[in-house]
This record gives sequence, C-alpha cells and structure tokens, in this order.
Amino acid sequence: MPKVSFNEKLCKGCGLCVTVCPKKIVALKKELNEKGYHPAEVTDSSKCIGCAFCATICPDCVITVEK
Amino acid sequence: MIVFEKPKALTDAPLHYCPGCTHGIIHRLVAEAIDELGVQGRTIGVASVGCSVFTYNYFNVDMVQAAHGRAPAVATGLKRSDANNIVFTYQGDGDLAAIGTAETVHSAARGENITVIFVNNAIYGMTGGQMAPTSLPGQITQTSPYGRDVNTVGYPVKVCEMLSQLDGAAYLERVAVNNIKNIKAAKAAIKKAFRNQIEGKGFSLVEVLSTCPTNWGKTPADALKWLEENMLPYYPLGVYKDKTKEEK
Amino acid sequence: MAKVLMKGNEAMAEAAIMAGCRHYFGYPITPQTEVAAYMAKRMPKIDGGVFLQAESEIAAINMVIGVASTGKRVMTSSSSPGISLKSEGLSYLAGCDLPALVVNVQRGGPGLGGIQPSQSDYFQATRGGGHGDYHMLVLAPSSIQEMVDLTVKGFDLADKYRMTAMILADGTMGQMMEPVSLDVGEVKTYEKPWALTGTKCERKPNIVNSLFLKPDELEVFNNARYAKYAEICKTEAMHEEYRMEDAEICIVAFGIAARVAQNAIDEARARGIKVGMIRPITVWPFPKEALNKAADKVKAFISVELNMGQMIEDVELAIRCRKPVLFCGRSGGMIPTTEDIAVKIAEAAQIGG
Repeated sequence: MPKVSFNEKLCKGCGLCVTVCPKKIVALKKELNEKGYHPAEVTDSSKCIGCAFCATICPDCVITVEK
Repeated sequence: MIVFEKPKALTDAPLHYCPGCTHGIIHRLVAEAIDELGVQGRTIGVASVGCSVFTYNYFNVDMVQAAHGRAPAVATGLKRSDANNIVFTYQGDGDLAAIGTAETVHSAARGENITVIFVNNAIYGMTGGQMAPTSLPGQITQTSPYGRDVNTVGYPVKVCEMLSQLDGAAYLERVAVNNIKNIKAAKAAIKKAFRNQIEGKGFSLVEVLSTCPTNWGKTPADALKWLEENMLPYYPLGVYKDKTKEEK
Repeated sequence: MAKVLMKGNEAMAEAAIMAGCRHYFGYPITPQTEVAAYMAKRMPKIDGGVFLQAESEIAAINMVIGVASTGKRVMTSSSSPGISLKSEGLSYLAGCDLPALVVNVQRGGPGLGGIQPSQSDYFQATRGGGHGDYHMLVLAPSSIQEMVDLTVKGFDLADKYRMTAMILADGTMGQMMEPVSLDVGEVKTYEKPWALTGTKCERKPNIVNSLFLKPDELEVFNNARYAKYAEICKTEAMHEEYRMEDAEICIVAFGIAARVAQNAIDEARARGIKVGMIRPITVWPFPKEALNKAADKVKAFISVELNMGQMIEDVELAIRCRKPVLFCGRSGGMIPTTEDIAVKIAEAAQIGG
C-alpha cells in the first residue's frame, strides 16, 4: 500500500501539492509548523495511489513516497 | 520501497526560497540528474548572483560562487582545468541574459563542454521584482510600473532562439515546471544536458520557465497559471538545437 | 643554463611555464599582447597546457577564477584599460582567497589613454583596484631578468598566502629585450585542501565563495585577511639600494623609472652630489622600513615616476613626512629623462641639511 510522508518542518505551505493530487486527499493543516506555515498533510491515506505528483511538484523536498 | 525522496546531490539545508517558488523543483531535478548519472563525486557547480546565489549551500558537490553574469567563464576555467570535472552553472535571467550575455554567447560559441541551467522567471527576484531582459511586453514590474513598453525598453531576449544560431551550441531546450508533465520533461532535458557533457558532446543549455509568486504578486498556484497563460505563448517549449541528434 | 635574449613579455610567459603554470587566459591589448601570443604558441605543446583567448578581460579573469578554484597555477595578463575590466575579478579573487598571477604591462591613461609606457596604475595596483577591503602582492621588476624571477616568486607568494600576485610592469619593460637566465631553481608546491577537485563522495563539499550576508561573519574574514597582510608587510617587503652608503639625497623609483634614475645618480655623483636610490621591488608591501631608516640620514627624497605623482604619497607616509619629498614625473607615455631628474637633484641639493 502506497505511503506518503511529509517532513512538516520543511513545508512552507505553498499548497502546490494540494493542486496536483488526483485523489484530492492533500490539504493544508489548520495548525502552524515551526516556520509559521500551514504544512500540507494527507487527509485520507487509504485513497493514496502513490503517484508521487505531490512530491514531484513540491519545491522543498518535503515529501517521501513509498510503495 | 521508496519511490520518491530527496536526491543525494542535495544537502539537508532548507531552501531559502519563497513558498511555492519553483527554483526548488529545478534544484531537485538537477540533483536527480547528478544522482542518476553517478557523477556527484566529480561534479563542480557554479552559483550565480540573484535568488539562486545560495545554491552553494544546497548542492552536495564542490561549488564556487561567481560574480554576476560570469558563471560560464568560471565554468570554462573549471572545465579546462580538468576535463573529468562535470561542470554546471545555475543562473537566472538577469545573470545569464543581461549582465552575462557575452559570457553566455561566447561559451556557447566555443562549444564549451559544460551544462547551463537557465532559470527564466521573467523578473529580478532577489532585488525585489525589477524588469528582467526576459520580462514580457506589457509586464508590470518595479522598474516598468506602467508595463514593459517595447518602444522605449525594447523586447525580451529569447535565449534558446538566439543561441540556436551558433554552430558551437550542441543542445538547447526550453522546458517549464508548471505541471507534472512538464516537470517530467524538464527532468529529461536536464539529464540529457548532463549526459551530453559526460559524453563530450559540448555546450548544453536548458532554459527552465519558472515562477516568482512573490514578485509577480500571485499565489503559488496562480503563478503556475500565469506562467502557462503568458510565458508559454511567448517562450514556446521545445528543442531549439540538438547536434547530438543530427550526428546520428 | 645559458642566457637567452628575450623580450620582457615573452620572458614573463616562459617564466610562468617554468613556475608550473599550465593555464593562461587573456585578451589582446597593447603593449602586453606578446604574452598571449607566446602562450598561444607554447601551451598547446606542453602536457596539460591550456591557452584560451577569452571574449573579454572580464571573461579572462573569471576563467582564471575557475582554474584557481581547482588549485592549479593560473595566469592572465593585460594592460591598464584591461586591468580596470579585470578589477571586479580581482576583488572576487581576494574575497575567495584564491591564488593567481596577474600581469599589468601599464600604458598611459586615463580612459583609453595611449599605448606608451606608464606607471599610472600604481594607486589601482597597490590599493587593490576593485571594490572592498583587500590588497594584492604587487611586484615591480626593473629588468627582464627580474621579470623572470618575480614571475616565479609571484606564483610562490600567491600560493603561500592565497592571494593574487600582480606583476606591475610597463610598456618599456614589456617590449624591451635583454639576455636572461631561465634557471628558476626548484619550484615549491603547496597543499590546497580547499580546492574544488570533486568530493569523490569522500569528503564534504568545498565551497569557494565571497558572500557573507551576516556583517559579523564578513568582518571576521576581513580581519583574518588583514592579519595576513600585516604579516606580509613585516616579512615580504623587498627593495634594492643603490649608492646609499653616504647619500644625502634619496631617489625612490621602481621599474623603468629606476633605470633612468640610476644613470642620473651616476651623473650627479660625478658632479659631487651625494645621491642614492631605494628601489622598491615590491610596491605592496611597500618597503616602508628601508625608507624610514633612510629618512634619518638623508635631507630630501625625490620620487621619480611615470605618472602625475602616486608613489610619492607612500614615500611621504613611510617617512611620516619628516623630510621634503620632491616629485619628478612625466605622464601620458612620456619617460623622465636623466636631465629631468638632474633638475630635481639640483633642487634637492639646495635644501638645507
């Protein structure tokens, strides 16, 4: 089963990952990270297909994808 | 099994770029190419002046920081010092297409066996959003507050088209990082530009259309849209020269 | 080794090769072009030799920065207007602590000036030339043999101190011919653990850089550099004395001016005037100690230069203005004659001891 993990402390909350997820399961958290941004997270990992689109467009190498 | 992670040719230093700035994507693509070609240990990078000045902190290879526009000349020295060095420059539009035009043109004309990563976001980022040589006609910037007036300041420089006239240039391609498909194509082009150098094919330049959400005054997602709607028509993507293909 | 008759520009080029320099980048400009032409002929015939004619002086100095970053000996040469163009690179070389050899075969200025010999880049050379707090080692030969010796010495000092060494010559020195010995002795090499040689994935990346946005960090680097400069001022200043034993008047002159001055001194001595000369061989560091000591003995100094009066300021500083310093100079490509100097010697002789 695919698994995406977000290195939250690197995330700047730009939201590009949110725009490219074909399953619409990436969203920005309400809470702030230590940089003061709303970091991205996966809301329903059971729907993840491991396409790595989120990681591909992420400018900050926040996301690791495992299959 | 890990299918996607940070490449080894990037250090752990967090990038200083603004949220959503696509410099970070391009950094990663360059690092992935270095990883996949197995040349990290003999790669030397040249940082330029502008937002990408700090690339010497990000690429996990030997790095030198060049004066504004002079990266291709410094790269020439690095390559001529030892042909085994894999040498790349990472330059923005002001650096490469304004102050460093002579160094760009002549390193291409010489067929210098280096790889040039040219990041074109149509604006000066580091200094806070002034008109670039690649700013579009009508584009509003800090130093073209009424829009770039081509009658007084002239037209943008189309780098790939210009360099394609030089016999010395081996490979010129314009790519963009505005969507997944284009990012994958950009990766392939960057990797080819490095492979060309390894194979001694000569001067390779990849122009990457990039965004500047902060100085364009847009959200990161809107900036990608602006790139697609405004930059792609003016700067068509594609291969402008490929001597390596002609040879086949 | 037997002596060979060589032109100054070519002698410097050959000396550089003898010193282990295998990379030369340049751009044609009179009166130094023979350096480039000589390198173009020689380098391709030497193992690992690289000659490249750059598209500009700016490109050439940045190619120098590239090779210097890899730890290899590298050289460029130019003449006055071209050195102005290289000044940006000279500042970066200093900021990056890179060793390199730069030759300036001076011509008259300002602007495009002329193509005849001059020493009017003295300020530019001894004060650094480019922006920021820095110095270069500046060596001023006054014979073709010295051009050979100082080229070799320049490479050595550059490596030793991780600095740019400049040969400050002039159009006369570049163009004239004299017999020289190219026996340069054993060439010392230096470890360069900072060099960009590729990490081989075995060490952390080396970074050659002059950017420090935090002011306290930048200050630390500048302080360290100036501590090094202070050490150099103590140990590396070079000069030669001529007939100074009983001199009452001391001429200060370097390069071609010193040769004219030497004749003027001999003629004045024949007339019974006790004149001698201190000839700076390094103009940075300036031989302050030698001049300061001379100021205890002589009643006046004469600074002889091919400019409107530049080194005279260093002479006055060195002797703390304790004695009068007269100036004898021609500019625009003109050279002071022995008669010009004799007039100043006569003037100095009138000064009460």
